Amino acid sequence: MNLEMTHNNNIIEVKNLVKKFDDFIANDNLSFEVKKGEIFGFLGANGAGKTTAIKILCGISYPTSGEIKIDGLDVYKDREKIKKRIGYMSQKFSLYDDLTIIENIRFYAGIYGMSRLEIKKRSVELLERLNLTHAKDRLISDIPLGWKQKLAFSVAVFHNPAIVFLDEPTGGVDPVTRRQFWELIYESALKGITVFVTTHYMDEAEYCDRVSIMVDGRIEALDTPELLKEKYNSIDINEVFLKLARVS
Amino acid sequence: MKRLIGFIRKEIYHIFRDYRTLIILFGIPVAQILIFGFVVTNDLRDVKIAVLDQSKDEVTTAIMDKIISSGYFVLEEELQSIDQIDPAFRTGNIKEVIIFESNFAEKLEKNGQADLKIIADASDANTGNLIANYTQGIILNYLNEMYKNIQIPYTINKYERFFYNPNLKAVYMFIPGTMALILILISTLMTSISITKEKELGTMETLLVSPLQPWHIIIGKVMPYIFLAFSNAVIILILGYFVFGVPINGSIILLLVSSILYVSLALSLGIFISTLSDSQLTAMFISMLALMLPTMVLSGFIFPIENMPKIIQWLTAIMPARWFISILKQIMIKGSGILFIWKELVILTSMTVLFIVLSIKRFKIRLE
Repeated sequence: MNLEMTHNNNIIEVKNLVKKFDDFIANDNLSFEVKKGEIFGFLGANGAGKTTAIKILCGISYPTSGEIKIDGLDVYKDREKIKKRIGYMSQKFSLYDDLTIIENIRFYAGIYGMSRLEIKKRSVELLERLNLTHAKDRLISDIPLGWKQKLAFSVAVFHNPAIVFLDEPTGGVDPVTRRQFWELIYESALKGITVFVTTHYMDEAEYCDRVSIMVDGRIEALDTPELLKEKYNSIDINEVFLKLARVS
Repeated sequence: MKRLIGFIRKEIYHIFRDYRTLIILFGIPVAQILIFGFVVTNDLRDVKIAVLDQSKDEVTTAIMDKIISSGYFVLEEELQSIDQIDPAFRTGNIKEVIIFESNFAEKLEKNGQADLKIIADASDANTGNLIANYTQGIILNYLNEMYKNIQIPYTINKYERFFYNPNLKAVYMFIPGTMALILILISTLMTSISITKEKELGTMETLLVSPLQPWHIIIGKVMPYIFLAFSNAVIILILGYFVFGVPINGSIILLLVSSILYVSLALSLGIFISTLSDSQLTAMFISMLALMLPTMVLSGFIFPIENMPKIIQWLTAIMPARWFISILKQIMIKGSGILFIWKELVILTSMTVLFIVLSIKRFKIRLE
């Protein structure tokens, strides 16, 4: 692995990240690290700048200034290398409605350069794990939202990335399905995949190892959920968030 | 390469599962060709006319026979007086009235001249003109034949011959024109919609995060559509050849290669349009509005480029269809080889390269 990584356990390192759209500052001097293998929650209200930041980390948007390293690689210089090591799931789930479940899996695995044999082997495993073997030839447009969401996540980590970015992955899904979804996230984390997840559901923060709370483009707090609650003398993260939002 | 093949496979699924679009894709060109071929035509056929023959001698009868037997005209009414002319135009479908003065043959014999009047309905100016010219032609022809034995001191004998399209069939114009128009419309429309659709669905974001390169996405989008649009081109050519008798005098291979080139140009233009717009609707509007009218008006499809003002003539140079129509006419009708169309081919190739380069550039710029 990278030399730097051997004595440094951070998979994401962000220093003084600024992103401006004309006069509007979407990300105001963000600095944070994400440790290898952790589930990192990126919290904030809608419009706080979460999606902007995640796009920069994924390499589909350029920062105005700042230093960003993903898995020891610079986002400016090593974009192509980084792309192979990350997975991404957007708010919209990004599956093709007119393709079947298995076709979607094959397509995404294919663009990550996986071999046909590997795809075959692992897609059987995946379908089994998700209990979707019987439905593998159904079109995405015909399956329930909860399935889509699970599938979208599984597709995002199918190529075994070092880190997966989830942008509001639980939007519009009922609490039971959300709970099941978080189980999937835990499974991946156990396998050593770092999870970077944005959400505006404060209760989900409790599932994360560490959370950062963004308000108006700035990170106002960053710690484990327990320490945050302690520090802000709150019973849950929701209260922490409200206190932070009110101050600023 | 493996990535590209996977991408193309996905595109093919999209295309063939959307069978409604597929039907439109192949139905519209066929319908258009048939409509343009049969309906929109400048050729005269069975135009209804009336005659006011105040002489009724052997010469006027012979002239009328000749006019009717030409196939262009049918005699609908024989008028008895001048007063009937106006009502005939107003009430009937009469497009032309021919009037012979009295004692027509006698005057012609004695004085060497007689009066014949042609009145045409010019509410449609072009047709009116055409009708009068056709009639005149037939009459002159008759006189020439009749008096060819008589020596007039000075005569210029005029022989007309129309090269490449001896019968002046309008369909020879319409098939290349329609083909150029349809191919550019559907090609740009299809690609620009298919790319903006991915933007709307959010799948484009996922593709951009993946290790796919912009050129993978662009080539992957273009390849299946080249095949589709090319089959369309072939269908149009077959229709033109078998239904309308438009010849293919030159090399078929050269014709097909030029068609592939033109289709690629249209597709890369479609991709360029999709980099300018974020929604399917915008892409559709740009493709339709920015292409349809200029292509119809400025490509030489309907209006001859030579008759346009100089500035507009320069403007036509940026219309891809102009060059393709020129190629089609050269190959199909004149039967010319590559030596006569290399300039057009170079222009089309450069345009294709330009749009592809611009698209790849803009794909990157889009990542802010």
